[in-house]
Amino acid sequence: MTADDAATEYLLRLGDNCLILGHRLSEWVGHAPVLEEDLGLANVALDLLGQAQHWLGLAAELEGEGRDADWFAFRRDAGEFRNALLVEQPNGDFAHTMARQLYFDLWHVPLLANLENSMHAGIAGIAAKAHKEARYHLERSGDWVIRLGDGTEESHRRMQEAINELWNFTGELFESDAVEEVLAAEGVAADAGRIAASWRKRLGDILTEATLDLPQENWMRHGGRRGIHSEHLGFLLAEMQFLQRAYPDARW
Amino acid sequence: MNEMPLWEIFIRSQHGLAHKHVGSLHASDAAMAINNARDVYTRRSEGVSIWAVRSTDIVASAPGDKGPLFEPANSKAYRHPTFYDIPDEVGHM
Amino acid sequence: MYAQMVKTSGDKVKTPDEMTAQERAFQARIDADIKIEPKDWMPESYRKTLIRQISQHAHSEIVGMLPEGNWITRAPTLKRKAILLAKVQDEGGHGLYLYCAAETLGISREEMTEALLCGKAKYSSIFNYPTLTWADIGAVGWLVDGAAIMNQVPLQRCSYGPYSRAMIRVCKEESFHQRQGFDIMMAMVKGSNEQKAMAQDALNRWWWPSLMMFGPSDDTSVHSAQSKQWKIKINSNDELRQKFVDQTVPQADYLGLSVPDPALKWNEDHGHYDFGAIDWDEFFTVIKGHGPCNRERLRARTRAHEEGRWVRDATLAYAAKHADKAHSRPDAWIN
Repeated sequence: MTADDAATEYLLRLGDNCLILGHRLSEWVGHAPVLEEDLGLANVALDLLGQAQHWLGLAAELEGEGRDADWFAFRRDAGEFRNALLVEQPNGDFAHTMARQLYFDLWHVPLLANLENSMHAGIAGIAAKAHKEARYHLERSGDWVIRLGDGTEESHRRMQEAINELWNFTGELFESDAVEEVLAAEGVAADAGRIAASWRKRLGDILTEATLDLPQENWMRHGGRRGIHSEHLGFLLAEMQFLQRAYPDARW
Repeated sequence: MNEMPLWEIFIRSQHGLAHKHVGSLHASDAAMAINNARDVYTRRSEGVSIWAVRSTDIVASAPGDKGPLFEPANSKAYRHPTFYDIPDEVGHM
Repeated sequence: MYAQMVKTSGDKVKTPDEMTAQERAFQARIDADIKIEPKDWMPESYRKTLIRQISQHAHSEIVGMLPEGNWITRAPTLKRKAILLAKVQDEGGHGLYLYCAAETLGISREEMTEALLCGKAKYSSIFNYPTLTWADIGAVGWLVDGAAIMNQVPLQRCSYGPYSRAMIRVCKEESFHQRQGFDIMMAMVKGSNEQKAMAQDALNRWWWPSLMMFGPSDDTSVHSAQSKQWKIKINSNDELRQKFVDQTVPQADYLGLSVPDPALKWNEDHGHYDFGAIDWDEFFTVIKGHGPCNRERLRARTRAHEEGRWVRDATLAYAAKHADKAHSRPDAWIN
């Protein structure tokens, strides 16, 4: 595949992750456990939606077929989305949301740090801003997991359950494939597999402080980046895309 | 009452300016207070300095004149009921 | 209005002769536009009325997050999605500022929340109506925020310091809310026939409830004179409602939409629009709890509060366990 094709594909992965996760977080607004958290979650969601617009917009540019970020967001079916399975999982309770967020943020921060050094100026620029935001997201999610893990018996139980249930979605974040190999060779992106070890170490440190156990299972679920998603994505997109699908020629 | 304490938030929005009181919020500890302040009062802007102080830690002077217009005796900033420790035996107040 | 029909505590307005020295001095400060701050002496009825008014305003902002929040996951473009999310977040923020302002008067957020959830405390009637289409989001921003701004701008000058400062903050952030609603309506009326019909339908359903937001005529409310004297109510309900109609009808004309009021007519002599009779039965039915969405709104807020309890308890437990620990976070895991 050409470097441009690989880059477009890669940008869609980045953008889809941010879009789907941002969408999931936005579902909390008005329903969070405390008012300050309605605002906090909304901020993370807004950051991610902003990042999604940038990544998908750049993908559209590179693809050169006259499409835009909105087209990618609202006109593709589930099979064409490239997000990791992790981000499309339902919010569940607050512990589940924070476990999902921690797993994602711990991966997102070093990934974006790498991309800041990309040979592709557009990618480097987006990554620089996103990196700052992701660091703040990680502060939040790490803090929450620690507080809930080392809070009450109930919060500890819920947090451990959430960590356990979402564990099997984390392996996909570090998969490598031809796309990443091509981009790594061009200096455009780095291989995600290289951050797996430090991800695991940092996660271990946080879980220890949270008095939680690190899951030990080795089997992982895959398929997101190939468009083989869980059943959740279809429902999510049905809701998200409804207006554009029902009124395909309308401008909003 | 099992409630998150109230914190007063002070923000320095630009270099060279002093911190300014912008309002209050609820948080269970200092780290949360700072993060919440960032989310509530700066909406994610970078480069600001935030101070968070538990409202109960603020000591205030009594308002101006000693006359009919001041509440004597205590040095707390607000009338907040949970500022005043009521012994459990007294019951709900 | 967000704080409708706030019952003023106390009896009728006192004349200076009937006031104590303290009360006279207090009123003199208000008349001189010197702000009243939390620890200043104040009549108990002033304090109680303010708690009721500010908390009702706060409850309205919080409940108001729900009808609009409804459409975040269905917003039709990424830009509209982000804007709506930011707006709803702002509303949460406004509720937060107002709860904190009320807390300076000697009530806790928990107490106010419980009063809302058990039905004792009220919130603005307007939020008991359903948002059925994307055009409703436009209508709510245009009409409901438009009405709210009318009330909020003068309240920046109200007599109680924390409330006035909260309102200044709110007004600064409010500027984009109405504009985004109107912008949505403009996009729709310039769009397809289906979109135009959607926009007209939304106006048809939101017009009268928006007029009702301002509350019943002041002559039916015995106590508004006291609130006016205390400068915690600045304009009369009818004044604001008339101002709203006069401002909004030309906007509807600009959009090419028709206001669903056959009696609406420009009155050249008075320089105002005459408008039809409001169905106050509907208003009182909604206030009583029998509007289209009252149950759903309270149920959603109750659920959030109850399902969130274990989270709040956990944070307090953690804080208690680590009270001695200095605030630190290993930078290792962020870098």
